[in-house]
Amino acid sequence: MKLRIKYEKTGVLRFIGHLDVMRYFQKAIRRAKLDVAYSKGFSPHQIISFAAPMPLGMTSSGEYFDGEFVSVTSASDMMNRLNAVMAEGIRVLDITQLPDKAKSSMAEVSASDYFIYKNDESENDYIDRLTASIDALMSKDEINVLKKTKTKEEMSDIKPYIYEIKGFEYDMAEGIYMFLASGSRMNLKPELVIGALAEHAGIEYSPYDYRVHRIETYMGEEGAFAPLYTAGKKF
Amino acid sequence: MVKPALSERILMNIEKPARYIGNEVNMVKKNLSDVDIRIAMCFPDVYEIGMSYLGIQIIYDMFNWREDTYCERVYSPWPDLDKIMREEHIPLFSLETQSPIKDFDMLGITIQYEMCYTNILQIIDLSGIPMFARDRGKGDTLVIGGGPCTVNPEPMADFFDMFYIGEAETSYDELIELMKVYKKTEMTREEFLRRASHIAGIYVPSLYEVTYNEDGTVSSISPKYADVPEKIKRQVVTDFSKVSYPMTPVVPYLKATQDRVCLEIMRGCIRGCRFCQAGMIYRPTRQKDVDMLKEYAKKMLDATGYEEISLSSLSSSDYEQLDDLLSYLISLKESAHVNVSLPSLRIDAFSLDVMSKVQDIKKSSLTFAAEAGSQRLRNIINKGITEEDILNGSRQAFIGGWDKVKLYFMMGLPFETEEDLLAIAELAEKISEEYFAAVPREQRNGRVMINASASYFVPKPFTPFQWAPMTGPEEFTKRAHFVKDAFARQRNKKSLKFTYHDAGISILEGVLARGDRRLCKSIYDIYKKGAMFDAWTEFFNMDTYLDTFKENHVDMDFYTARERSEEEIFPWDHIDAGVSKGFLLREWQNAKEGKVTPNCRMNCQGCGSAAYGGGVCFEAKN
Repeated sequence: MKLRIKYEKTGVLRFIGHLDVMRYFQKAIRRAKLDVAYSKGFSPHQIISFAAPMPLGMTSSGEYFDGEFVSVTSASDMMNRLNAVMAEGIRVLDITQLPDKAKSSMAEVSASDYFIYKNDESENDYIDRLTASIDALMSKDEINVLKKTKTKEEMSDIKPYIYEIKGFEYDMAEGIYMFLASGSRMNLKPELVIGALAEHAGIEYSPYDYRVHRIETYMGEEGAFAPLYTAGKKF
Repeated sequence: MVKPALSERILMNIEKPARYIGNEVNMVKKNLSDVDIRIAMCFPDVYEIGMSYLGIQIIYDMFNWREDTYCERVYSPWPDLDKIMREEHIPLFSLETQSPIKDFDMLGITIQYEMCYTNILQIIDLSGIPMFARDRGKGDTLVIGGGPCTVNPEPMADFFDMFYIGEAETSYDELIELMKVYKKTEMTREEFLRRASHIAGIYVPSLYEVTYNEDGTVSSISPKYADVPEKIKRQVVTDFSKVSYPMTPVVPYLKATQDRVCLEIMRGCIRGCRFCQAGMIYRPTRQKDVDMLKEYAKKMLDATGYEEISLSSLSSSDYEQLDDLLSYLISLKESAHVNVSLPSLRIDAFSLDVMSKVQDIKKSSLTFAAEAGSQRLRNIINKGITEEDILNGSRQAFIGGWDKVKLYFMMGLPFETEEDLLAIAELAEKISEEYFAAVPREQRNGRVMINASASYFVPKPFTPFQWAPMTGPEEFTKRAHFVKDAFARQRNKKSLKFTYHDAGISILEGVLARGDRRLCKSIYDIYKKGAMFDAWTEFFNMDTYLDTFKENHVDMDFYTARERSEEEIFPWDHIDAGVSKGFLLREWQNAKEGKVTPNCRMNCQGCGSAAYGGGVCFEAKN
């Protein structure tokens, strides 16, 4: 049976890399005594796969992985068992059952929304100045930034991939809300948008004056985005 | 959640920030206001290495059972962070509460190998604790050392207030009680250390006076005061099945070197190999009850979620209920997807059967710790494995489907001759011939591979070879080339591979292992020149050591190249490690005569460890 598990990663766990989070969950599933399925062969491994890899330094309340289970109880029981064995800063928020033919979460990811807020170590008004330049930036026809990939660097227009951007209040903090393309087809990192905002505001890009929190991960296409958990049903 | 000691800017700019943030599963959390004593336990190497060490997990668990004590962990900051901490004056901090080490009552450092001595100075320095014990006052953290190197802690004597000689499970409660009094009263640091020296196993180096002869050897080691004991007895747990064991070890996020449950089944070794310090200083051999171990295995796997378990002991084949224990672990593999990683077992029909159940034969290789090439030299070092054992074991393994064999040797052993060295290559050749004889051509799958590697023998205190000269590095390298050439002449040379260790680090280990207090100054100077992480080849710089020894008029040969006389007083003679000097001397004689000594279960040799009143010395003998 295929389940989709949504979790949050906060606090100092933002310094734990994606591979280590995967290893963390493999152990957590065992501590929680969930009946996960294993591959065949001499050194069997759990059949689980993660959605979007999360960069170091980012927190999130909308991370996902899918797992194949031999037997299941109820979503709430499994969630309680997992949350009883979690480290502080990581918590399972939701478990849904996927249809057998569901695509993997990794293949489905198409967008994420983020909240950009002031780093508590920062002592300036960086975020306010960025927020103030949103309208001016978005009024341009094209937003060309230097995009680096593993193999090349090129200028590219990121405007079509910014689905929404605005000043925003979230969790009692003021900051910037961004809804951006993410996933294997097109991935727009929040820092590129912040870089463009900074350039527009005429201030230097400063990676330690802000923090990024991913609110949710989505599937579907523009106009019909839905959180990843909606692919499954309650059980 | 505790705020990290390091800022985001720093954490995002160093390698693997997860090394420094703590907050792992099973980390112990306590309120500082609820405890009287704060202890920081340190393994002076990088987090992934330090977290793999069982000893600290045991001590961490043991201390934290006490309600009045909070034990936290600290490891060596990697050079990238070390640099930032120095530039920005950030004091070294603990993982649990992310608070400065200098605020702790005690810093405990495990001393596992000589090449970590510079890292120990890094820890003390970054903590902001005065480097030399003599410069510390009442408000300064107490620095205590433990672990195998403390059977001769003299080269580090100036940096430590105390050493705990032996197994932590016996005397720490008494020390903590004394620390509580020390903290609450006007007791001076001197008074505290004086009283601590009365506790069994606690060695306070500043309370001993060492004098030297004109030839540089030790003339006397004596306590400065009448109430300070002349000898410090290594502490040993006698009721080994009752001792506490960490059922909920901390699980790192990063992949540690030991990424598995580690089950200690036995301490000590009955074999008595003459080169082996562990085999001498962990006597008497003590075993844990098998039913208890099964329960431990289950509980620890449940509490950690590890997918693998390994056994810890010096010689698992000598654990008397191994059969029973391994059957249980194999059943876990089938029922709970637990991989079993086997320690090096003696290769025989039983172990091959077990290995075929838990390993992928195609990928795994068999290991023989032959240690010496010829039977003559194996007798000298008392390594109780014969050529027949090795050839039989290999043949059975080849028939069972293995086609990779690893052989471990030492070179530079006492009384080693050219014939002994040639025998290394010949043994490898004979094993390959077993393969061609045992496996018909049509069943051969690729090429058989015999990988032989040789390390450079370092004589260690409290072994029968503590009197022996260490072979010089040029001679070692010459012998290594000689063996390499011999390999190239073998008939099946394409199936044989020979590698050997670099001589530089070993010769320094030789100096430090049998060194005395006069080396403290050099170690300090070496550290001051920037040496750190010297167990890592990418950071180790031989010249720093050589130059500093020269500047301090330290003659390395004095420590390594001399054969010591039977009468010589050693710098570690005031430590009573359990085995008597008389026994070690008898074994040194036996080595010279090539006489084999039977193991502890066959025939007690009166080594002195029976005085502890436990273990193999009191098992029913036939």
